[in-house]
Amino acid sequence: MNRQRPGPPEPVASSPAARAEFGRRLARRNRQESRFRLAGLCAVLAGLAFLAFFFLTLIGNAYTAFAQTHILLDVELSAAAIDPEGTRNRQTLGRADYQGLIRNALRQQFPAVTRRGDLRQLFALVSPGAGFDLRKQVLANPGLIGQKQRFWLAADDDVDMLIKGHMNRSAPESQRRINDRQLAWIEQLEAAGRIERQFNHRFFISGDSRDPEMSGIRSAVAGSFYMLLVTLALSFPLGVATAIYLEEFAPKNRWTDLVEVNINNLAAVPSIVFGLLGLALFINLFGLPRSVPLVGGLVLTLMTLPVVIIAARAALTSVPPSIREAALGVGASKMQAIFHHVMPLALPGMLTGTIIGMARALGESAPLLMIGMVAFIVDVPESPLDPSAALPVQIYLWADSPERAFVERTSAAILVLLAFLLVMNAGAILLRKRYEKHG
Amino acid sequence: MPPYTALIILLALTVLGYWLGRRRPAAFGRKYHSLPGYYGSYVAIWCVFPALALYCLWQLVEPGFIRSQVLATLPAELLELPEAELGLIYNDIRNLVEGNIVSGAPGEEIIAAASRYTALQRMSNLGIALAVLVAGLASSGWALRRVKPTLRARNKVERTLRMLLMAASTVAIFTTIGIFLSVLFEAIQFFQLVSPLEFLFGLSWSPQTAIRPDQVGSSGAFGAVPLFTGTLLISGLALLVAVPVGLLSAIYLSEYANARIRAIAKPMLEVLAGIPTVVYGYFAALTVGPLLRQFGEAFGLGVSSESALGAGLVMGIMIIPFVSSLSDDVINAVPQDLRDGSLALGATQSETIRQVLIPAALPGIVGGILLAASRAIGETMIVVMAAGLAANLTANPLEAVTTVTVQMVTLLIGDQEFDSAKTLAAFALGLLLFVTTLALNVVALRVVRRYREQYE
Amino acid sequence: MKSMDNGGLVFDGGGLNVTEGAKRAAGALIGNLRAYESSRLSNVIEEAHHTAGDYTAVNAIMRARNVDVFYGDNHAIKSVNLDVGANEVISLIGPSGCGKSTFIRCLNRMNDTIESARVEGEIVLDGENIYSREADVVLLRARVGMVFQKPNPFPKSVYDNVAYGPRIHGLAPDRQALDQIVQSSLERAGLWAEVKDRLHYPGTGLSGGQQQRLCIARAIAVGPEVILMDEPCSALDPIATAHIEDLIDELKKNFAIVIVTHSMQQARRVSQRTAYFHLGRLIEVGATSQVFSEPRRKLTEDYITGRFG
Repeated sequence: MNRQRPGPPEPVASSPAARAEFGRRLARRNRQESRFRLAGLCAVLAGLAFLAFFFLTLIGNAYTAFAQTHILLDVELSAAAIDPEGTRNRQTLGRADYQGLIRNALRQQFPAVTRRGDLRQLFALVSPGAGFDLRKQVLANPGLIGQKQRFWLAADDDVDMLIKGHMNRSAPESQRRINDRQLAWIEQLEAAGRIERQFNHRFFISGDSRDPEMSGIRSAVAGSFYMLLVTLALSFPLGVATAIYLEEFAPKNRWTDLVEVNINNLAAVPSIVFGLLGLALFINLFGLPRSVPLVGGLVLTLMTLPVVIIAARAALTSVPPSIREAALGVGASKMQAIFHHVMPLALPGMLTGTIIGMARALGESAPLLMIGMVAFIVDVPESPLDPSAALPVQIYLWADSPERAFVERTSAAILVLLAFLLVMNAGAILLRKRYEKHG
Repeated sequence: MPPYTALIILLALTVLGYWLGRRRPAAFGRKYHSLPGYYGSYVAIWCVFPALALYCLWQLVEPGFIRSQVLATLPAELLELPEAELGLIYNDIRNLVEGNIVSGAPGEEIIAAASRYTALQRMSNLGIALAVLVAGLASSGWALRRVKPTLRARNKVERTLRMLLMAASTVAIFTTIGIFLSVLFEAIQFFQLVSPLEFLFGLSWSPQTAIRPDQVGSSGAFGAVPLFTGTLLISGLALLVAVPVGLLSAIYLSEYANARIRAIAKPMLEVLAGIPTVVYGYFAALTVGPLLRQFGEAFGLGVSSESALGAGLVMGIMIIPFVSSLSDDVINAVPQDLRDGSLALGATQSETIRQVLIPAALPGIVGGILLAASRAIGETMIVVMAAGLAANLTANPLEAVTTVTVQMVTLLIGDQEFDSAKTLAAFALGLLLFVTTLALNVVALRVVRRYREQYE
Repeated sequence: MKSMDNGGLVFDGGGLNVTEGAKRAAGALIGNLRAYESSRLSNVIEEAHHTAGDYTAVNAIMRARNVDVFYGDNHAIKSVNLDVGANEVISLIGPSGCGKSTFIRCLNRMNDTIESARVEGEIVLDGENIYSREADVVLLRARVGMVFQKPNPFPKSVYDNVAYGPRIHGLAPDRQALDQIVQSSLERAGLWAEVKDRLHYPGTGLSGGQQQRLCIARAIAVGPEVILMDEPCSALDPIATAHIEDLIDELKKNFAIVIVTHSMQQARRVSQRTAYFHLGRLIEVGATSQVFSEPRRKLTEDYITGRFG
């Protein structure tokens, strides 16, 4: 170190001038700092603002779907029309023209309307599905036959929209789906207290329908339920078994490396591609029927499997090796050590991962479109082999429907779907919290 | 006798085998190698597997066998029909058996064949049930005889279990292979109809093949370039939204926010990731689309109600949590030492973040962005609902464009002949999508992995 | 011994003359010193409330007065007074968890990065309390540099590592000046000869000892007045350690150095003054030779003779 060194850098506070310069620069840097910080804050707020906007619009659109406009009519359940032979045979009762009875009731309500065209418009105020409701009530209580009864009948979706304020009454006639004459009748009914908004139970107990006022999510929910059942029954055991093998038994070689890379990749493959696989494999090759929850469940299994495997492996790695060593140390076989000691500790983590995977599967729709689960299904499926819709696909179908009344129903179906997801995720979080506390 | 009778028999046999096997060692009355349950499982395993293999084998062979037998009963002139028509007849027979609607009134020979079918099926079910019973009894009897105090039942059972675990782990591999093969086969068929060059470089996409050959444009055009540009445009817009917002919010939450804000804001942002894509699609189509249009009108711009901008914007919001959680991971993986080192030199926090943390975390962030890109490219529902169907070759985000996934869905929805170019085109697009996202994922995951290893 | 020019006579009894009464009174302290539970050692707890020896320095650059640090509810540093003198090396020693690292991190406010940390009392640099509202932490850290336990070069080139500080503070008006600063800093850190041909290779590619010297060069490049070193050699092999120790000896010509060390031998080799911390208290401070040859406190003696720690 005999070479002459250059002088050391000047200390920052060496002179008042240097210090002042430093201070000026510092002020600029601090401004930059707060700008950056503000940008970060704005990013977070932007995300949160979208979330708030999203939920507010959604709820704002959805809440009216939980009520449905009904019209009170005095329906003459004449024995001659329903049960001419007086047998009370259920088949005869079921075949009667209930919609006709409703039409008669409307005619009585508005005796002044006589022209055919006008009558058609009048009849359009009540839902074309109201007859089915009436039939159900008569079948449940045949004693009503022959009486004049007051029934709250579902109004047509256009009337429903008008009453809910989604249609502007003062708009020019050509711009609304209810014409002036119909509007006058509706106002008469309103004045007579014969129009009321009631809880829309049909939304929860019926299947899909072309008439918005008659449609519900029941078949879609059932379809999704069966699908998840299949997915859970397959992906949990398969995923856990794979995770145990890879984490505890697999030798570290190129093959297991490939399996691992493959699983991580599979988790990031677009879901629609799984739909293609389902179409080509399950439907074309194995000849399974289209539109059934079984196939949907199989496709979703393949899709969720990587998620379950990754979560289960993480749960296994988080069990300290000392547990395994302790079990092996008292003479347990490796299999016993894993199944008796490691698994109970890893299980909550595995379940958490599985629930999250299931939640993802529940919200998935793209692969289901590929395997034909977009059919128009009215009936509620009774097994995984009956054709059915799925909740997210039902949302997709309704979102595509032109009727204004489907907008609120779509939003309401979304709320139901989100509620299911919320429950599942909350369950996963609770499980994780408990697990963290005990583990 | 329903077809699953054989399985019920097998289940009963297995339970019996387990019980007998479990009791067996106690009869020896002296020290034996494994716990009794392992002897039970040993016998049960021997009971199940041979019989199950037999059952599966029969299930594979049965349809072909029945078909050949049933068709043999048909009159000779029907047998001379071409294969396709024969298939239709056979379908009619099966429909008749299953009580479904049959096209037209069934002829006499069809009804005869149907009853033959039913008889055969009944015989087959009975046969397999008996076979399973015999096989299960035989193999479990053999296994029972082998149960001796010296039999290392536990080791054998555990070896079987281990094989099962290994078999489970191959499912994931087979899924990948299955995906690849299924799209590849159909794609190859497609490329026999349409040249790959036209598909990859053609500028016009209109897959509507005409019903009558004399209609205009009957051949359909399968140039996928407009789809690629549309996909890239929408994905690019999505990343333009998601990357800055996701990255900045990850930085803010991990480096600036205090524990309380973090505890509230982080899960809230993650809610965005839990919303199903169909819901985003609905939102994009019904709220964002019209909003952008009104907004555009206010500025005198013609915004299509299915504009790329709307779909891209919403897709961007969808992948914000994806980007932010990945960046959060990689930023937290940067050792605290580096932050301390920079702060101790008098750097402000933002200088530390911009000049030390982000460069150090860059590979991880890039990997995360690639994963996000792969996600955006493969995203389906948002674009199906909010992007257009017309294949416009444009870079204007205010116009409607279509994407690869949208076309896959439109081509495959509804009943389609499985060999028309239209349906096959969906698989060709699927192949392309799969290969692209796979490449992106492999690269991204490798980059992220290498990055992690660097700081471990 | 240093002169006791100000109110340095706060310790009662003083020096080696610890009275029997004071010893008994200190018995009450046992409750506070929870970690110190061994019954053999409990007799030697003395009036640890007050620091033995003179904590002031002749021409002090930094003065810490009544410094308390809390991590949430944990009282990590209890009422410590200590000066850092110009052109001296002062070493802080003591068993793990004694608060020596916490204390050194107070001197350039690195504790700010820990959310739950709270500092009371005052630390004065150049007549200004660094914890006052007006004080700017950026300026403080530019004046009081720090070197960490584990070498932590940025994942940048050697050159950029050293140039980082001058760049952010705007110390070099042009490229030439920056080159000058980088070179002189590397030279002062004794690293120039080894890295001058690979200035643009990543700093993380250097050996552990070289990395630590790079970190020292990085700290020097900002032109600090004090350099804090938090166990700078604990991750290094003996040869690299020797290198750093030589360097510290060189550096004290220009800088005040505070070094936390686990190794008593190192404290002996490199420092002029030594401060012994125990359970958050500064037990004893004095000239290194005095602390190691004739400690005033039994606790100090037990530690340096290896009876615990």
